[in-house]
Amino acid sequence: MNEALVQLKSVNKHYGSLHVLKDINLEVGKGEVIILLGPSGSGKSTLCRTINRLETIDSGSISIDGKILPEEGKELANLRAEVGMVFQSFNLFAHKSILDNVTLGPRKVRGLSKTEAEEEAMALLRKVGVDSQAQKMPAQLSGGQQQRVAIARALAMRPKVMLFDEPTSALDPEMVNEVLDTMVNLAREGMTMIVVTHEMGFARRAADRIVFLANGEIVEQATPDEFFSNPKSDRAKDFLGKILNH
Amino acid sequence: MSFGEQLSTLFDTYNVLGAFWVNVQLTFWAAIGSFIIGSVLALMRISPVPSLQFIGTAYVHIFRNTPLTILMTMAILGVWTQFQLQLVSDFKANFFIYAVIVLAIYHAAFVCEAIRSGINTVPVGQAEAARAIGLGFFPAARHIIFPQALRGSITPLGNTLIALAKNTTVATVASVAEASGMMKSMIEFNSDLIFVIFLIFAMGFVVIVVPIGILTTWASRKLAVKR
Repeated sequence: MNEALVQLKSVNKHYGSLHVLKDINLEVGKGEVIILLGPSGSGKSTLCRTINRLETIDSGSISIDGKILPEEGKELANLRAEVGMVFQSFNLFAHKSILDNVTLGPRKVRGLSKTEAEEEAMALLRKVGVDSQAQKMPAQLSGGQQQRVAIARALAMRPKVMLFDEPTSALDPEMVNEVLDTMVNLAREGMTMIVVTHEMGFARRAADRIVFLANGEIVEQATPDEFFSNPKSDRAKDFLGKILNH
Repeated sequence: MSFGEQLSTLFDTYNVLGAFWVNVQLTFWAAIGSFIIGSVLALMRISPVPSLQFIGTAYVHIFRNTPLTILMTMAILGVWTQFQLQLVSDFKANFFIYAVIVLAIYHAAFVCEAIRSGINTVPVGQAEAARAIGLGFFPAARHIIFPQALRGSITPLGNTLIALAKNTTVATVASVAEASGMMKSMIEFNSDLIFVIFLIFAMGFVVIVVPIGILTTWASRKLAVKR
């Protein structure tokens, strides 16, 4: 593995008396695709969201490309710009057209001109297959299309790493694949990705490493083959038994 | 005297339209002022800085809960009479500006709360997405939160504007010659025409206020953010 691009050291977080992240240590190499699996309430979404500080942490440290995640202010905003995030509920800016959704960050944060930003945005929208919808508003698109736009919007910031927080959980079943295919392509291009998902087929296909969480702890880490065919911990066996046998 | 003659007597003796025009002007300038102050207050109340939140909250509670007439009297008897603070040299314009400032300060508290109710219509995910692409507090507020919040607060803002239009009559306390003051002198000198007098001023405010209501209802539908 190359040197770590994302590094979490002894990260702890509480919600009141609930200890949601327990001493998490995780290193993600450049170009690596990590899939976070685990039962609901295991802390996988929270973990994903701490990496660009949408959730604060109580102790420990998170660094991206060698830089410790700052607590707030301009530096935090700059670091967030380097971390792409795709949400379960898409979160496209509802009052802006598809094109404006993708160009806003490049123009206001990266300082590109309107024409430069629009050229890049159209290329990205073409890549995710929604360039024909560029002038529409988010509400006019299907869920799958909206999520692909959200991916393009994150990519427009030229992130070093992409976070996906259950990107297909809010989609109708027939739209799941179009989003997963886009993500597989992205993984093939060498993007560093951290993905929270319940799509086991995708996990097998795209992951370099599965990180299995339960009760706020990393219980097991393994390659997909190893994890799915020969899970070591009882907790993982139980989890896989429940989701694979029906 | 027929109804028509009564009307023409009053309109010939008094500059009714001129008086209402003063109310319209008061409404216009105070609306702009209260919108600016109210927006800043709303920004303070949603900011992550506790001291700013406190100032915003304190302002809203103090001015929302003080009767407008008392604020107007305090401005004139307190600030102008006691502190001798003359805003402009022109005697009449000075009172007009005092009235606009008090109206703006008072209604800013309501504008703030209207905008805050609009901000509550914007899902949390919008702010998270804005932060995730690297926008700081102000750019996120300006490009993402406020534009959507304003569209969601058109109806409560319209209600505030209607209240403001009617509250301009309190400017009479600050010696501004506007419609309600004129009504008082009409009643004083033409008390035989009392029903027509009431009708004129009731209709006058209907003419000012009803279009505001229609316009904001239309705009809130037209500009609604589709999710």
